[in-house]
Amino acid sequence: MRLAEAWRVAVTALRANRLRSLLTMLGVVIGVAAVVVLVAIGTGAKQEVENQVNGLGANLIIVVPGKLEFGSAPTKSRLELADADRIGRALGTPGQVAVTLSSGETVRFGNNSAFSTVNGTNPAVPEVFVRPIARGQYLRESDVDTRRRVAVIGSGLAATLFEGADPLGRNLSVGGVRFRVIGVFASVGSSLGSDRDNEVHIPVTAAQRLFGDRTVDAFALKAPSTDEIEGVRATALAVLADRYPDEEFSAVTQDQILGTVGRILGLLTTVLAAIAAISLLVGGVGVSNIMLVSVRERTREIGLRKAVGARTRDVTLQFLLEAVLLTTIGGILGIALGVGGALGLSAAFDQLPAVITWWSPALAFAVSAAVGIFFGVVPARRAGRLEPVVALRSE
Amino acid sequence: MTGQHVTGPAAPALEAIDVTRSYQLDGVTVEALRGVSLTVGRGDYAAVVGPSGSGKSTLMHLLGGLDRPTTGVLRVGGRDIAALTGDELAAVRNATIGFVFQAFQLLGRTSAVDNVAMPLVYRGLRRAERRRRAREALERVGMGHRLDHRPAQLSGGEQQRVAIARALVGDPQVLLADEPTGNLDTRTGMEVMALLEELNRNQGVAVVIVTHDLDVAARAHRQIRVRDGRLEPTPAPTPTPDPTSPAKQHPGRPTERHLTGEVAGRGGTSS
Ligand SMILES: Nc1ncnc2c1ncn2[C@@H]1O[C@H](COP(=O)(O)OP(=O)(O)OP(=O)(O)O)[C@@H](O)[C@H]1O
Ligand SMILES: [Mg+2]
Repeated sequence: MRLAEAWRVAVTALRANRLRSLLTMLGVVIGVAAVVVLVAIGTGAKQEVENQVNGLGANLIIVVPGKLEFGSAPTKSRLELADADRIGRALGTPGQVAVTLSSGETVRFGNNSAFSTVNGTNPAVPEVFVRPIARGQYLRESDVDTRRRVAVIGSGLAATLFEGADPLGRNLSVGGVRFRVIGVFASVGSSLGSDRDNEVHIPVTAAQRLFGDRTVDAFALKAPSTDEIEGVRATALAVLADRYPDEEFSAVTQDQILGTVGRILGLLTTVLAAIAAISLLVGGVGVSNIMLVSVRERTREIGLRKAVGARTRDVTLQFLLEAVLLTTIGGILGIALGVGGALGLSAAFDQLPAVITWWSPALAFAVSAAVGIFFGVVPARRAGRLEPVVALRSE
Repeated sequence: MTGQHVTGPAAPALEAIDVTRSYQLDGVTVEALRGVSLTVGRGDYAAVVGPSGSGKSTLMHLLGGLDRPTTGVLRVGGRDIAALTGDELAAVRNATIGFVFQAFQLLGRTSAVDNVAMPLVYRGLRRAERRRRAREALERVGMGHRLDHRPAQLSGGEQQRVAIARALVGDPQVLLADEPTGNLDTRTGMEVMALLEELNRNQGVAVVIVTHDLDVAARAHRQIRVRDGRLEPTPAPTPTPDPTSPAKQHPGRPTERHLTGEVAGRGGTSS
């Protein structure tokens, strides 16, 4: 009952000073809103990356030369096309190892041209990656074997070069060499910053000649199931270690990529949210300040309550509740503002996908309540400790 | 509850034995009370008079357990307050004492009935029960028709009645009123006095009232004269006190113990 009464008194007190209460809340409102928005955008970015990485296909393993460490320079590849067969044989799945050798080239058709990523690949690509074909077909083994100058192009590139006309069977120029279009990819959007609808796939052998290169950049493998990822990874590395004893290779899984990207984004989100949380602290100081004013203003009320029987903790609790009420109402307003702001931002800007997780508003609410307790405790204890006589005598 | 008296119903409601109260003010000791002994028994009706600054309010605060004496023994509801923690003392006040202040001390944003019910919050009573008792108390002081008025919507006399209802609501043994008519005009003041006297007569509540108004003081059963922090001897209570010479000195100077024992009535003389 005393608690109920304390709530009633706290609500009455806040209502009596509506404008002041609102202004005091503002710091908390802004702080909470900022944290909610930043966490939503950070989470959205992370989820977007996850979608893109997972959209490549399931249980992927990418094998690249060198040590894959954040900040280390890319290593020149010594991998050969034949290594793909070796790995495939070791795994018992020949023809299931995708290779890639890429370079940026200018692609032309008639008067239209575009700069796009040209990937030299093999027929394993659609087996490993999710890469649906909209029209025509993908590269075949014979195309690779005979170094045939055929190309499969992304839907975006098709639109740019052919402007609605049917690209199939047409010849376009890739880095000055004529290639015949045999297929068009279905649109898959962009992934990890590269526009995959703007790619050109040509047989890896044709690419090696075009780029004047005898190596390939990387291999991509698909494990039959999640459980077998580690085994496939180990086998692939073992094959390469056997063939190139004094070189290092890395086999990264999607989980590793996601882990790394997730850590970076997570750190970024945390840092931004922490900066935003500073305004929450400032808001808390404001609450503390106003509560001290409130205690002073209501010194006589405190004296009276103590005179008629209020204990120290009754008074302390009353003022603590008032502070907590102030910050939690501010927290709720801040959550509403933050959720609205995050959704509004992501609606307005494609690059800002915001995802509201259940825990961020819950955490924001808990933190605002904690701010109330933390910053309310000093004024509340001061109120509780007032001597009834001193308080009653005050004018 | 802690507020129950422990020494039986015969114990005086309030008892001060040689209490002093001094304040430290900028390194200087101000002795507001310099050794006062006093008993307030059940059903007592006493007026505390004396010049400004003589220590009347200080005495009232001590008697009401709002403050603690620097030296001496103070018993409220039969309990030595030196042995009580602040919270225990609060409970004793809640159960034993009703305070009436010169400035009413009502909560401005709160209705009359909730103002009156406030002390019961700290007794742990339910809201419905609190309001029921508060309504009763307001009816007893003739304010049953103003339950939902706020202090600002009441006259000074009405506010003081509400304050008296608040002092009464917990069924105290003693009402301590520090200049309860000080902010009221003469007529309203007399009405408030009549109310206090009626409560004293009909309900047996002891009333101690500080006043500068000699007419008010004259109505009490006895007068406690304070000067420079001490009690002055007063003549034995007379049925018709002479209002023209309130500070008249009594030649034979009885001891304070004698004085209080005499006027405290039944069971007051413990020595
Ligand atoms: N908190 C305090 N600190 C220092 N001195 C105090 C304090 N309270 C009271 N005094 C002093 O104690 C003395 C008695 O004060 P008290 O208020 O009891 O007088 P009073 O008889 O009630 O006067 P009045 O009739 O004007 O109300 C005064 O000299 C006063 O200045
Ligand atoms: Mg006074």
